[in-house]
Amino acid sequence: MSQAEDIESVDEDGVIESVSGPVVTATDLDARMNDVVYVGDEGLMGEVIEIEGNLTTIQVYEETSGVGPGEPVQNTGEPLSVDLGPGMLDSIYDGVQRPLDVLEEKMGTAFLDRGVDAPGIDLEKKWEFNPEVTEGDTVEPGDVVGVVEETITIDHKVMVPPDYEGGEVTNVESGEYTVEETIVELDNGEEIQMHQEWPVREARPAGEKETPTEPLVTGQRIQDGLFPLAKGGTAAIPGPFGSGKTVTQQQLAKWSDADIVVYIGCGERGNEMTEVIEDFPELPDPQTGNPLMARTCLIANTSNMPVAARESCIYTGITIAEYYRDMGYDVALMADSTSRWAEAMREISSRLEEMPGEEGYPAYLAAALSEFYERAGKFQLINGGEGSISVVGAVSPPGGDFSEPVTQNTLRIVKTFWALDADLAERRHFPAINWNESYSLYKDQLDPWWESNVESDWPEVRQWAVDVLDEEDELQEIVQLVGKDALPEDQQLTLEVARYLREAWLQQNALHDVDTYCEPDKTYRMLQAIKTFSDEAFEALEAGVPVEEIQSVDAAPRLNRMGTAEEWNEFIDEIENDLQEQLRALY
Amino acid sequence: MKEYQTITEISGPLVFAEVDEPVGYDEIVEIETPQGDTLRGQVLESSEGIVSIQVFEGTGGIDRNASVRFLGETMKMPVTEDLLGRVLDGSGNPIDGGPEIVPDKRQDIVGEAINPFSREYPEEFIQTGVSAIDGMNTLVRGQKLPIFSASGLPHNELALQIARQATVPEEEEGDGEGSEFAVVFGAMGITAEEANEFMDDFERTGALERSVVFMNLADDPAVERQVTPRLALTTAEYLAFEEDYHVLVILTDMTNYCEALREIGAAREEVPGRRGYPGYMYTDLAQLYERAGRIEGKEGSVTQIPILTMPGDDDTHPIPDLTGYITEGQIMMDRDLNSQGIEPPVNVLPSLSRLMDDGIGEGLTREDHGDVSDQMYAAYAEGEDLRDLVNIVGREALSERDNKFLDFADRFEEEFVQQGYDTNRSIDETLELGWDLLSDLPKTELNRIDEELIEEHYREDETAEAVQAD
Repeated sequence: MSQAEDIESVDEDGVIESVSGPVVTATDLDARMNDVVYVGDEGLMGEVIEIEGNLTTIQVYEETSGVGPGEPVQNTGEPLSVDLGPGMLDSIYDGVQRPLDVLEEKMGTAFLDRGVDAPGIDLEKKWEFNPEVTEGDTVEPGDVVGVVEETITIDHKVMVPPDYEGGEVTNVESGEYTVEETIVELDNGEEIQMHQEWPVREARPAGEKETPTEPLVTGQRIQDGLFPLAKGGTAAIPGPFGSGKTVTQQQLAKWSDADIVVYIGCGERGNEMTEVIEDFPELPDPQTGNPLMARTCLIANTSNMPVAARESCIYTGITIAEYYRDMGYDVALMADSTSRWAEAMREISSRLEEMPGEEGYPAYLAAALSEFYERAGKFQLINGGEGSISVVGAVSPPGGDFSEPVTQNTLRIVKTFWALDADLAERRHFPAINWNESYSLYKDQLDPWWESNVESDWPEVRQWAVDVLDEEDELQEIVQLVGKDALPEDQQLTLEVARYLREAWLQQNALHDVDTYCEPDKTYRMLQAIKTFSDEAFEALEAGVPVEEIQSVDAAPRLNRMGTAEEWNEFIDEIENDLQEQLRALY
Repeated sequence: MKEYQTITEISGPLVFAEVDEPVGYDEIVEIETPQGDTLRGQVLESSEGIVSIQVFEGTGGIDRNASVRFLGETMKMPVTEDLLGRVLDGSGNPIDGGPEIVPDKRQDIVGEAINPFSREYPEEFIQTGVSAIDGMNTLVRGQKLPIFSASGLPHNELALQIARQATVPEEEEGDGEGSEFAVVFGAMGITAEEANEFMDDFERTGALERSVVFMNLADDPAVERQVTPRLALTTAEYLAFEEDYHVLVILTDMTNYCEALREIGAAREEVPGRRGYPGYMYTDLAQLYERAGRIEGKEGSVTQIPILTMPGDDDTHPIPDLTGYITEGQIMMDRDLNSQGIEPPVNVLPSLSRLMDDGIGEGLTREDHGDVSDQMYAAYAEGEDLRDLVNIVGREALSERDNKFLDFADRFEEEFVQQGYDTNRSIDETLELGWDLLSDLPKTELNRIDEELIEEHYREDETAEAVQAD
């Protein structure tokens, strides 16, 4: 059940039989699978995960120190649900949707105490409801009945809950209401409030899935340029520690052109979440210029917070994402990191003494992962509109070894793969995405967008870059053996061009005010400038100019400054001119 | 308090006893052996009628006639400011012959998680006086930055050097009466010799007065290692968030802690994860490491420097691997540098400080800090790559440019990283040294540094010489 409901609706009490960490068993509890229960004298929140005869197994979302057999267990009779309604954006939740700022206030300390509950959305706050239906209209599940300005950026659409029947509108209110007050009444007696509940483990209904054709523009050159993600697509970012997973995820959360961003910090560092909480309210949204938090919902279940809540935070996040999708928005969900989620499943599974699969993970790992990623996509909505959820999952493979079960099972599902590389990170090549290992299966279906929105020869220019980088990779093997100077001149020049591709184009400084975001046009022009250098240089070489002279033209190193240039159009014009002039002057 | 003589099974560090009334999970237990010794333990699993108990001091001497007492509370640490200057054993009992500790309060040793909303983002630069750290992998207040070492490497010397030299430069310049600095030292399974090394240094430098020392030595019970770091961190949190100290926590050796965790897991017949370590090791380690940080509205801070030795120098081993995923970077010690006599033998390439970017720059350290560090990383990495090539083709076969990078890599190790354990370099000295080295490279190769900064700091005369040499 959601915390918005009273604990009054208790069915039947049970008694604790045993306690072992987050796993508690109880007897005489009349419960269904996945029911939410309150455990012990302190009323710690938990969820039923196994029923065997009279014995019910519960995973508890809070610390269980001091809890002992004989204490009561109360069943709420409802599955774990989230509160959906205006007020979710600009919020920060734990794994079971308790707002962390409210918890701080209620607990009166900076440390997370136990047994304190808080609803996911403010039940007292009044919102200005602007109806979009009138009496006599017929509405169906999913239809929008009105709009609330949730934040400066986002209009929250109040919908007929998907599990309603729908019918003729008999009464409509307008003005300031709390989320629990009825604002629309239907002829069959159904009452609609701004607040809905939805069980997190169940996908919200939607129509057909469509093939995504629009990119999620991230403002990151290597991602937009070489390995694009579609709106409604799925991507994985695996990498060993220190390779920049979190920075990459945060860059996406900051700069991608989604309408709504749901950011899940699953089992990660407390200080990292604090950074997000401090930074996002101050950063502008690149589309609207409003504060970034106005389109963001944060879920923070850090590594030292209870493990069962870590298991549920992924579901809490995706359910919130689906709710905004139902309003017709393009939602991007970042999960950092799905490995911690898988480990939480493993931890609970081993406490249940289930038969383990690979590396101790439960046998249902692959199923759980694919179920989660399948909730992404570009959807026809039940109200006839369109909405999408793009999911980007970070993966933290032990020892950086991509052959482990979580990475492998994820790769079987996702269509974009951004492989982070410890070697690149060590030489401070960021983002440390390895261009030889990464791939995107959306490339072809997104090309038409690039052709019509950026430049018609985009696919060819990109292919040129890929070819040069491939050739460099092969040449490097020879260079390792004989040194660069032993190569023929044209190959030396290829290496030089590839170096500019790597240093000037693929590298991008997330900490630099200008370079941190690169619009598609700039991505294209920067690449084109390097191609200009390449074309002109090879012509000069053919005309008999030695490669050292070509390398030493002083316009070439300026390519490295393109990313940080503020007036980039003029800057690139100038470089292209200078390159032409200086290289042609050599012969 | 009820006493039972109902032990049914003793296995490794675990004791199983029958009970007739409910016992809370994690509760503290006292077991009295027939010889009259009292051992302490903790409830690992509590079911109706039977509990399993993990005994801290080991189960030696316990038989089925031993009596078991449940204290009805979870483990607490008696905390007070007077703990400063004291030496305690791994279970928190004084072993320095000093007066009895009169606690200000008793705090639960299983710390509650800090609400991420209440944290303050760490961004105050700590000057350790070690160039490889200050210049390249800056430590900030509230960070957890482990030292990844291996057997036979001088990680203790480095840890001691940091404990001795760490300051926050700005506060020194002011009246300095802000918050005081304290060290909490938690030793888990280190040898008596290593312990002496630490204690001697603490006494010699007078650091003991502002330190709390917890000692679990190699011959102390392994299970006790489960408790030692929690006692240390509880003390640190008290000093930081209630007494306003800036606390530096040194935990050594985390590898021994993890071994103890595995031992208990095996005794409980749990399904093991990688290399036999329990599947919950990530969560368990996180509950220690995450107890570092700053809290909004509080003066003090907890900064952690855990030390671990990587079995077989392998950083993909579960202990360093899981640690690296939780901590905010790592300082990597290197065997090759050590055999070259570099002190401290820190290999900066695989080292990292995740919080560095926010702790440096104008107003914090120096405007050029970030760029200089980036450039040195890139240049050193390139020099390192070229060394492989030199082994095959020789230096003569390389271009002028490549040779400069090779020289840079050599000077970087011999002059920048090398400094000895008694040298305390200010951040200015470190950065100037950096410019000194970078000025050996052609200006056009410094593509990570802002042009204005190059103009300001680049040492022209040295290039002039280099050009002449061409």
